[in-house]
Amino acid sequence: MNARAFLVRGLIAGLIAGLATFFVAHQVGEPHVDTAIALEEAGEPAAVVEEHTHSHDDGEEAHTHSHGEDAEVSRSTQRTWGLLTGSLAVGLALGGLVALVSAGLVGRIGRFLPGQTVALVSLLGFVSFALVPFLKYPSTPPAVGSGDTIGDRTALYFGFVAVSLIAAVAATYVALRLRDRIGTYGGTVVGVAGYLVVMVVAGQVFGTVNEIGDFPADVLWYFRRASLITLATMWGVLGVVLTGLVAHLYRQDTAEAERRALAASL
Amino acid sequence: MSQSISAPSTGAVVVSTIPLRELAPWALFFGLLGTLVLFFVSADQGAVSIPAGTAIHEWVHDGRHLLGYPCH
Repeated sequence: MNARAFLVRGLIAGLIAGLATFFVAHQVGEPHVDTAIALEEAGEPAAVVEEHTHSHDDGEEAHTHSHGEDAEVSRSTQRTWGLLTGSLAVGLALGGLVALVSAGLVGRIGRFLPGQTVALVSLLGFVSFALVPFLKYPSTPPAVGSGDTIGDRTALYFGFVAVSLIAAVAATYVALRLRDRIGTYGGTVVGVAGYLVVMVVAGQVFGTVNEIGDFPADVLWYFRRASLITLATMWGVLGVVLTGLVAHLYRQDTAEAERRALAASL
Repeated sequence: MSQSISAPSTGAVVVSTIPLRELAPWALFFGLLGTLVLFFVSADQGAVSIPAGTAIHEWVHDGRHLLGYPCH
């Protein structure tokens, strides 16, 4: 068990998670991306309109790029090779990060075995890095979201993610410290409750983004549901595969150590 | 936090830790690399553009939307 062994397994798990994410996103998510883009293109003529006489739909104004076949990267490339690139890159990055965080926590969380430690880190990662940010700033399909506000929306989103990550790390640390004094049950309850309180307050303090306009509610819901399934696939596959790989490594190491101890005693 | 769990009786599980000194360079390097990769997929050529243009944004466009990052 060393840093290299964890990182290699994290990258393998990330690669598998990235492939699974691509497959699910392509099958479940892409139909709704296509619907959203078709709605966008139907709503505005192909010619670029510089003067906006009406502003009922923010999404169609100040678009800095086109989603149609005349775009720099064609739709057929975006929905296949582009999506695959993004999924694999995020999968590998998250896999490596989860593996190294787990490597630092192994043996330092109560009686958790290495595999259990990885499972906990994956679960906390999904909740703090994907699920809670999604609840505050849910993903939006193409045609929703103005190019004018991308700066503000990006700052809000990543600011909220930063608060969530810091709160999750702090809550985990507090829970582990309290565990020694008031037990596992009390430490866990205080840690989880502390994270929830911080995130509810942050959710009230951070500004709301609403640029939906008259975008159809059903397409919006289908897209967001598909987006959440995509995120759950990424973190679920990553967590399950890495947990299995690390647990296997630990069993191998333990068996090897026992063999050596037996040989030394003879 | 204790460095490892003491085994009061036989059969208790002892999980050895990885020294943080050994872990630090891996964590720092991959932490920076991972953050950079996440930036290029999730946010580049939206609010800030390195390099200027829209090629990266366009290439990872669908992934950015479906993975829940702000886009337009």
